[in-house]
Amino acid sequence: MSIPAAFDYHSATSVDEAISLLQQYGDDAKLLAGGHSLLPTMKLRLAQPAHLIDLGRISNLSYIREDGGNIVVGAMTTYATIERSDLLRQQYPMLVEGVGTIGDPQVRNRGTIGGSVAHSDPSADMPGMVLALKADMVVRGPEGERVIKADDFFVDMMETALKPNEVLTELRFASRAARSGSAYSKLANRASHYALAGCAAVITLGDDGNCASASVVITGASTRAMRATSVEQALVGKKLDEAAVTAAASHAADGLELVEDIHGSKQYRAQMTTVMAKRAILKALSRI
Amino acid sequence: MGIAALVGSPIKRREDPRLITGQATYIDDIKLVGMLHMAVLRSPYGHARINSIDVEAARKLPGVHAVYTAKDLNGVVGKVPVAAPLPPHITEGMGRRGPLAEGKVRFYGDPVAVVVAEDRYIARDATDLIEVDYEPLPAITDVEKAMQPDAPLLYEEFGTNVGLPIHPPTEDIEKIFADTVANGGVVVKGRLVNQRLAPAAMETRGVVAEFRKVDKSLTVWSSSQIPHLLRNYLAEQMGLPQHQVRVIVPEVGGGFGSKLNIYPEEALAAYAAIKTGRPVKWIEDRSENFAATIHGRGQVNYVEAAADKDGKIQGLKVQVISDLGAYLQFFTDVIAIAFTMPMVSGCYDIPAIYCSCDIVFTNKAPTDAYRGAGRPEATYVAERAIDLVARELKKDPADVRRVNFIKPEQFPHKVATGAVYDTGNYAVALDKALELANYRGLRQEQEQKRAAGKLMGIGISSYVEICGLGPKGSAPFGTYESARVRVEQSGTVMVYTGSSPHGQGEETTFTQLVGDEFGIPAESVIVLHGDTDSTPEGRGTYGSRGTAVGGTAVFNAVQKLKEKMKLVASHMLEASVSDVELEDGKFYVTGSPQKSVTFVEVASTANLSNTLAAGIEPGLEATSFFEPSACTFPFGTHICVVEIDKDTGEAELTKYYAVDDCGRQLNPMIVQGQIHGGIAQGVGQAMFESVVYDDDGQLLTSSFMDYAMPMSFEFPQFELDHTVTPTPINPMGVKGVGEAGTIGSTPAVTAAVADALGVAHVDMPYLPEKLWKVINHS
Repeated sequence: MSIPAAFDYHSATSVDEAISLLQQYGDDAKLLAGGHSLLPTMKLRLAQPAHLIDLGRISNLSYIREDGGNIVVGAMTTYATIERSDLLRQQYPMLVEGVGTIGDPQVRNRGTIGGSVAHSDPSADMPGMVLALKADMVVRGPEGERVIKADDFFVDMMETALKPNEVLTELRFASRAARSGSAYSKLANRASHYALAGCAAVITLGDDGNCASASVVITGASTRAMRATSVEQALVGKKLDEAAVTAAASHAADGLELVEDIHGSKQYRAQMTTVMAKRAILKALSRI
Repeated sequence: MGIAALVGSPIKRREDPRLITGQATYIDDIKLVGMLHMAVLRSPYGHARINSIDVEAARKLPGVHAVYTAKDLNGVVGKVPVAAPLPPHITEGMGRRGPLAEGKVRFYGDPVAVVVAEDRYIARDATDLIEVDYEPLPAITDVEKAMQPDAPLLYEEFGTNVGLPIHPPTEDIEKIFADTVANGGVVVKGRLVNQRLAPAAMETRGVVAEFRKVDKSLTVWSSSQIPHLLRNYLAEQMGLPQHQVRVIVPEVGGGFGSKLNIYPEEALAAYAAIKTGRPVKWIEDRSENFAATIHGRGQVNYVEAAADKDGKIQGLKVQVISDLGAYLQFFTDVIAIAFTMPMVSGCYDIPAIYCSCDIVFTNKAPTDAYRGAGRPEATYVAERAIDLVARELKKDPADVRRVNFIKPEQFPHKVATGAVYDTGNYAVALDKALELANYRGLRQEQEQKRAAGKLMGIGISSYVEICGLGPKGSAPFGTYESARVRVEQSGTVMVYTGSSPHGQGEETTFTQLVGDEFGIPAESVIVLHGDTDSTPEGRGTYGSRGTAVGGTAVFNAVQKLKEKMKLVASHMLEASVSDVELEDGKFYVTGSPQKSVTFVEVASTANLSNTLAAGIEPGLEATSFFEPSACTFPFGTHICVVEIDKDTGEAELTKYYAVDDCGRQLNPMIVQGQIHGGIAQGVGQAMFESVVYDDDGQLLTSSFMDYAMPMSFEFPQFELDHTVTPTPINPMGVKGVGEAGTIGSTPAVTAAVADALGVAHVDMPYLPEKLWKVINHS
């Protein structure tokens, strides 16, 4: 049994209580959601927070619903709930297939959407999908609620725009547009099954059948989930046949700060981003 | 055999209900009154000098009872046991260690100090308070570089990292190679790496030790495959007579050879229990399991084969380099020498074989037996050689195998390495596997896929392995097995075996065997194991020996009891003992089955004794020790199909077929279970697994986040069949099956990957980037 360093455990019963605990303990505190990213690092003593603030007892942070042209997802919604959501299956099949590639059923029963995005693991699947959805991240702090755009949320490896005294409470994104499709493709690290390279894509066609908008995000290959702007630019306005998608996807690694480890070199990861981008875009198109 | 139908039936394992309902007892379930907990501080360096260790702060932490370093153990606790230390260097101490590192640490995870505390949290926290002044030294992790003269030395006093070089003269083999080439033959060559693997049993190691001062008796519970050897060696290590040490092995959550060892932590927990006077528990965590439990494989092999133009191999040259790691565990030094070298001939009649071997120390965890233990490496050499010949001569790999097979009429057959194979019929297993796989159909499918630009490969592996250790001289401790069988008054048969099954299902197979021999139902047989007090001597479970050796000891003890029971019955039947027969649980006089006494009646008479005929010793108990005259040689052919994604390099195992021959099968369901698990582990090596260190000796695969353990969804359904070629070595004709799957499967996957890519060879594991590079460079 790997044993974490000693810490004090606090069970918050409301978001306000969690915020006040964060204010009280500052940098010594970490929020605990599903725990499937944080606890392993604590057991290896790579993270040694003195205070753990558990969000698990806060009752109203787990939900998926449609709300006036938006879909809202509570931050403590588990992957398993997402996987079983008929609404998301119909609206954004990307999310359902994406969470299906995370860990195993036990992990998906515990891991949460909010926990994953707030952790901003560069190899995690959820940040990429959330960024592709251009979600609004609803956060609450001592001064009340604010919204952070997904594009501003992921700052760096394991770093987000959340302030130390803020709690992510909800993710909000537009309901599926007409003539749009979404997909997630990833090449999994064979050990951890995290992404060596992954691509989340949401593609919308215009009335002329050409690409009206494209949101394409690469994960796993670089220091954080990153929008593949040059892929998007190469898609928009085009008639998306396989050649056009291949050409656009070839830009997937443009501007990435590539990472490497024993599971994949920079060169391989870069190449795989183009393969995953092509696959995700073509799959998204097939769902329109 | 009348109603008897237990042997040969796929009856469900008797072990399973308690295992799958969570009612089994593992080491961590053992909780003793007053028990303390031990944590181990380990080296963060691959190689470093220890200048000083300051344990004062740790000792002062409230709840800490003791902190020990090598200094405390000197002259008190003996060195970690090695089964067969080899001359010249190892017998002089090279690679030997005490339970804690002294002067130097030689691998990441080397134990340096232990803390004993009130609970495991305090113990773990206290290890952070121990200050060790390390002076890092250059590390050597590449086994071939470790052989070079300028390599950093693990044991400076020996002037080399090579523990034992075996280099026979080469003139004869060179002449065969030259003659073969002169006669129009070919020579193929390859460098093959059998990478290090982590056994990664589901239950990590664990020990509980308790010492009773009044009679100086030490009881050790350990997650082990070898309770008796642990008792015998630990007693010696602790300076206690054997009778004062009792070892209990409760349920073991997987061993795969890794628990065929006496580890430092067993002596450390025993020492701590003796010193503190309190029971002490140590449970290994998963990171420690990756770092400090033995690794498997770790060989580099150079192979050259000279074959005539028909593909018949005339000569084989093999260079074995065995990566021992930093220290010797139980069988570390002999795996390559005793299990790889004799088996490189594979299933083939090769007239001349040259084999050299160097066993080499490196700054990594010790290697030792891991499911297959040296035979997977040998099989890999033989099978790759055959495939390289087939590729060179543009022949079908199945045909080249057939040309080279030892023929059925040649058995018993002594191969050029000196091993004597008992029985075999290799072509039948190959043909059956080809048929099972619809080999011609697969080749047609492959052609179609290739035409469509897809990468599909088919791999064949015909293997023979050696198991059933063993005859005299197999190991210094004697490799027999024992059994004690008691028939209770009620007719229940209690079987105490020296085998130590930990997943092999021998509680079930031994029950089948005993039930049929006596003609009684399975419910009347109880098989017990894993306690040195109830079974005084034994050798444990490893090397696929449980049934062939342990089962035979049981069989022989049962024969003794049958004779005694016939004697008792003869008086009850008022007949001559030579006329008494036992069938279906009844004793009767030959020719008069209507007049009989039952098994239970005889059991009762013998145990109650009052009506027992004068001159017959009361009770029904027999002990038997079985030492086989030779080893057994199971064999078979595995065939698999791999498809590779050209864009990503991802390999997928799409089909798997296996025909195995383990001699007579006592329980086909258990045999299949062993084959399934073995294939999964062998495919795991080929496709996923690898222990990786960096050049400084840092372990880069210290958790399942980085060590790729295969998952069930990554396998297709295995299609199995078998042939039955009994062995004459034991009365039941059983050979052994525990390791066959790992031995047969790995070369098949390698062959399939090479076939898919159209290359001679690619080293394992077949992770996507490696294959993607091959695809993009070819």
